[in-house]
Amino acid sequence: MGMTIVEKILARASGRTQVQIGEVVEPRVDLAMSHENAALVINQFHEIYQGTGLAARVWDPEKIAIIFDHRVPAESAKTATNQKKVREFVAQHGIHRFHDIRGDEGGICHQILPENGYVRPGMVVVGTDSHTTTHGALGAFAFGIGATEMASVWTLGRVLNVEVPGTIKVVVKGRLAPHVSAKDLVLALIGQIGAEGASFKVLEFHGEAIRTLPTSGRLTLCNMAVEAGATAGIVPADSETVRYLRQEAGVKEVLQLSIPDPDAAYDQIVELDAKVLHPQIAFPHKVDNVHPVEAAEGIAIQQIVIGSCTNGRLDDLEVVARILAGKKVARSVRMLIFPASFRIYTQALERGIIAELVRAGAVVMNPGCGPCLGVHQGALADGDRALATTNRNFKGRMGNPNAEVYLCSPEVAAASALKGVITDPRKL
Amino acid sequence: MAKVILVLGSDISTDIIYPGRYMATVLPSETPQYAFADLPIHKRLNAGEIPPGSVVVAGKNFGCGSSREQAASCLKGWELRVVAKGFARIFLQNAVNLGLHLVICPEIEAGEGDELEIAGEEVIDRSNGRRFAITPLPKARQAIIDAGGLIPYTRRLLLEEKG
Repeated sequence: MGMTIVEKILARASGRTQVQIGEVVEPRVDLAMSHENAALVINQFHEIYQGTGLAARVWDPEKIAIIFDHRVPAESAKTATNQKKVREFVAQHGIHRFHDIRGDEGGICHQILPENGYVRPGMVVVGTDSHTTTHGALGAFAFGIGATEMASVWTLGRVLNVEVPGTIKVVVKGRLAPHVSAKDLVLALIGQIGAEGASFKVLEFHGEAIRTLPTSGRLTLCNMAVEAGATAGIVPADSETVRYLRQEAGVKEVLQLSIPDPDAAYDQIVELDAKVLHPQIAFPHKVDNVHPVEAAEGIAIQQIVIGSCTNGRLDDLEVVARILAGKKVARSVRMLIFPASFRIYTQALERGIIAELVRAGAVVMNPGCGPCLGVHQGALADGDRALATTNRNFKGRMGNPNAEVYLCSPEVAAASALKGVITDPRKL
Repeated sequence: MAKVILVLGSDISTDIIYPGRYMATVLPSETPQYAFADLPIHKRLNAGEIPPGSVVVAGKNFGCGSSREQAASCLKGWELRVVAKGFARIFLQNAVNLGLHLVICPEIEAGEGDELEIAGEEVIDRSNGRRFAITPLPKARQAIIDAGGLIPYTRRLLLEEKG
């Protein structure tokens, strides 16, 4: 019987020729990523070694990546102290893939990993962040785990007790219409299958719309796979993956592109038609509460947030700048923009994008996660409505349970910034 | 027997269980104070009004969203148990890893104040006699529970392989 991509990856990483759905395997890890929560991982890691008489050493410092992004620069003494503790650990253990709070290397973990070429097709990637699913965009099996599970990975170099997940094949035929993006596609998918429609399963993406999507869009797509409950999202690696890794991520090594077998078995096949897709909005307070933009037009908003690991990439900023060029953000709106990494920030500076955004009235912040999850800057007032290109709209998400968050694409956010109400970019 | 102290719907996110604004707090000894920080139950927990072993009943997809382990450690700190129609994957794994007692009970319906008995294969609501079948946790999780959590489980493997 044929295998899906994730089955192939798990078989290789577990030293087997074949794996079955539900079978328990212990795949070797190729990349283990953490952010500030490495502080907790470190505690748990030392706890594992407690009483063993063994010196606590990570299994392979070359396979660990640590990126500060959730609260940068530190918003409190507590965070600063946690970050200091991680810095000391990284130095002690010789972890080189460490991205500190610096303009020449920093950013959001789910952008830092791809743009530095740390993720390759066929890898097993784990991260102490639920949006680790992002890296499936490059053909890796990438999934989120908790801090204690990461401490176990740091110790043994493999993930214990993984049940081989079933796979849902998502086929997106046709091409996306103008003003409709990968974000709209993934919101529509989540709306269709629901917040637990892919629970404990993998979403494997196929079809013309996926093949014609650049890696930036594929990262957006896989980023939000977890919002349908998926363990991972994955796009079979192809010529676009190779182009991205060679040209943008500077990877020189030989790449192994694994694709699913034609007779692979899928739990379910979901089909979408890209051509008929409209811009989409996820209404509060659930990501699967998705409607076409027409259902939201005219809703007044007080804050627009553009950026995050979902939609803070260069083409996202470009499209926003194009819409805002020479115009002004409505007086009733605060517009916050945070690029996904300093590399993107620098590219946007060099192309004049940042100047265009600032002149229009946007506030361009440093790369980081803060506003998306309400931990650092951009908090909402009671009764505020935010429109964001981020990934979650749960009650309390942006730091205030008495506010609302709507999710959308960068184009919808930019069009809405000009009008102060949710606006269909096709009608500008 | 354990009293139901909170009944919640489906898709309860980790932002409800442990809001992001408290994420800089990581120690299991400190996270319980922020459990369900935006719900009325928060005050009762911190006032010491909720006895250990009390039950939270929820719908499907409990613990969806962020991988933050605080969402499991804060409930474990109060020794709460969660009986839900289903759990999100990362939360379920975190809970098992830390020893938080979860029960998958796809048909569960109960009211606040009900007394539940969590028997081997079913949950019995002693307030009205209704019975609900329990779905066992995935077998890969059971081995970790049996070892007393992921830390002792990993420690044992470490000693076997490097000791």
